[in-house]
Amino acid sequence: MSKLPGKSLPTPGSRVLPTSVSQVGTITKYELLNYFRSRRFFILLAIGLIISGLLTALVAYYGVSNVAPCLPSMCSSPPLAFYSFWWGSSITFVIVLSGIFFGGDAISGEFQNKTGYFLVANPLRRSSIYIGKWLGALTASLMVLAIYAAITVGNGLYYFGANVPYQFAESLSFSILYLIAVLGFTFFFSSLFKSSSMSILVTAILFLFAFSLIQLIVSGLAQIEPWFIITYGSGIIGNVLMDTYPTTQPIRGPGGRDSTTFAATIPEGIVILVAYFFATAILGLVLFERKEFT
Amino acid sequence: MSGPSIEAVNLSKRYGSFPALSNLSLKIEGSKCVGFLGPNGAGKTTTLKIFTDMIRASEGKALINGIDVHLNKKKALSSVGSLIESPEIYPSLTPREALSMVSDIRGLPRAEKRKKIEEVVSEVKMEEWLDKKVGKFSKGMKQRINIAAALLSDPDVFLLDEPTTGLDPRGMAEVRDIVKSLKTRNRLIFMSSHLLNEVQDVCDEVAMIDHGKLLVYDSLSNVTSRASSDGGNIVEIELLRDIDERTVNDDIASLANVSSAERPDPRKIRIHFSGGVQNQERLLLDLANLKIGMISFHPSASALEDTYLRLIKDTL
Repeated sequence: MSKLPGKSLPTPGSRVLPTSVSQVGTITKYELLNYFRSRRFFILLAIGLIISGLLTALVAYYGVSNVAPCLPSMCSSPPLAFYSFWWGSSITFVIVLSGIFFGGDAISGEFQNKTGYFLVANPLRRSSIYIGKWLGALTASLMVLAIYAAITVGNGLYYFGANVPYQFAESLSFSILYLIAVLGFTFFFSSLFKSSSMSILVTAILFLFAFSLIQLIVSGLAQIEPWFIITYGSGIIGNVLMDTYPTTQPIRGPGGRDSTTFAATIPEGIVILVAYFFATAILGLVLFERKEFT
Repeated sequence: MSGPSIEAVNLSKRYGSFPALSNLSLKIEGSKCVGFLGPNGAGKTTTLKIFTDMIRASEGKALINGIDVHLNKKKALSSVGSLIESPEIYPSLTPREALSMVSDIRGLPRAEKRKKIEEVVSEVKMEEWLDKKVGKFSKGMKQRINIAAALLSDPDVFLLDEPTTGLDPRGMAEVRDIVKSLKTRNRLIFMSSHLLNEVQDVCDEVAMIDHGKLLVYDSLSNVTSRASSDGGNIVEIELLRDIDERTVNDDIASLANVSSAERPDPRKIRIHFSGGVQNQERLLLDLANLKIGMISFHPSASALEDTYLRLIKDTL
């Protein structure tokens, strides 16, 4: 057995460590490497490409004016109708998938797979681990989002030339904000559970079914504005691409029954998404700080 | 501060109404290896987890080099290498990448990183696997990488929770050699184990715990002396050639401080003697002068076992 070379030690406790910001960067770097190596990133990218491919084929087959019609009486901009059809109808699904893929088990997996035991016993704050992993998930999601946006714009350029409506940039910004909020939320659930499958399942059910269902019940049946639901806030992503931004207004339904349709204004939507991010990210961090590796 | 130290101050941990650790107070200082013994569920791993801030103490403090682990984890653990409960490494990473991550977290200079990683991987005999994915490794191979990670930043305190778990006999011997080499370089090693022979082989002191309470903390020789009914110590020696009964009964049994000597087989002698380490040194010299072909001399493993069983039984 070879012996490690001996050397004199510094005074105990005097070792110089990197700053917490630098340690966050390290965690982010290896989290990303882990996503790439575990093929998780490429599976999500493939799903994004399949959705883009289907939309591209649909538009090519039926023609852009048929799938995204812009009637003169209702629509002033054919490109806006196209971006609304393409981006507005699908991006929230891609974002939710990103949250599930990259955030669903980001923290719970550290407990279930015992990989946390390798990290946590090192001289770094748990908050550095949490933030580093969150930034890793955000970076990976942004890559997928960027590729999806590039394919959308590529199709738009093909059909309408360089005439990209400014509302698309707004919608893209809101999409990034929604992504940030979704990842805050998924990290919170990931911190809540010690089982990866449980945290992924709960996150998927909430975003794919439960929130939409609750929103429908609250706004449609109870006639209450669902300002407390994240998906209500995310409505600004699609609404901003509409020719006329929808507003909350009373409508007369079938049988002469009066009701109200709700739509978050842009400031309301931003506040809902930002509030969701801060509330869930902080709660998730507190949970992770307090959770024990028993 | 003179050397590395760890200290538990009235450390308690409860899970609901179950006390996993009760008022543990223990101070270990200097360059040495301390074996941490106790049955399953005694509180060994709980103690080590509190020292690495993986769990929080219900009461009390855990100090490393005088720094409270819970209040200032980053500084307290900067000089600690640990191995708690066979951690898993991201299966998609290679040992080089996993160790590189630990190096970056611990701030190893970029220029030294590569050399240091190769050095510790060589120490645990995993050079051939340095660039293979960890997901394909056996439990023992992962444990070797975990040990390499603990060695990486050359810390002065090691907290090891059953470090030879999952290793084959050769791997266990290699880990014992690593621990012995650390002792010679002014390191403090606090190591839990179920293997009394292992503790006997590498440790200088022993702390025994059961039901969350510290039963004894003393030097190995003082602890093993408790096994003997007359309060003395037991050493076992191994010989290169056979020895006859007469030499054992006449020459060895009459040496200074020796109360009795027996010959379990022709190449082994078990000697009971009184006194502390000074008398043990004197006995070693006297036996060497007899030129009986002595090739090993060590405190009896069964003495430690006897003490362990008696102390643990007493608390049942």
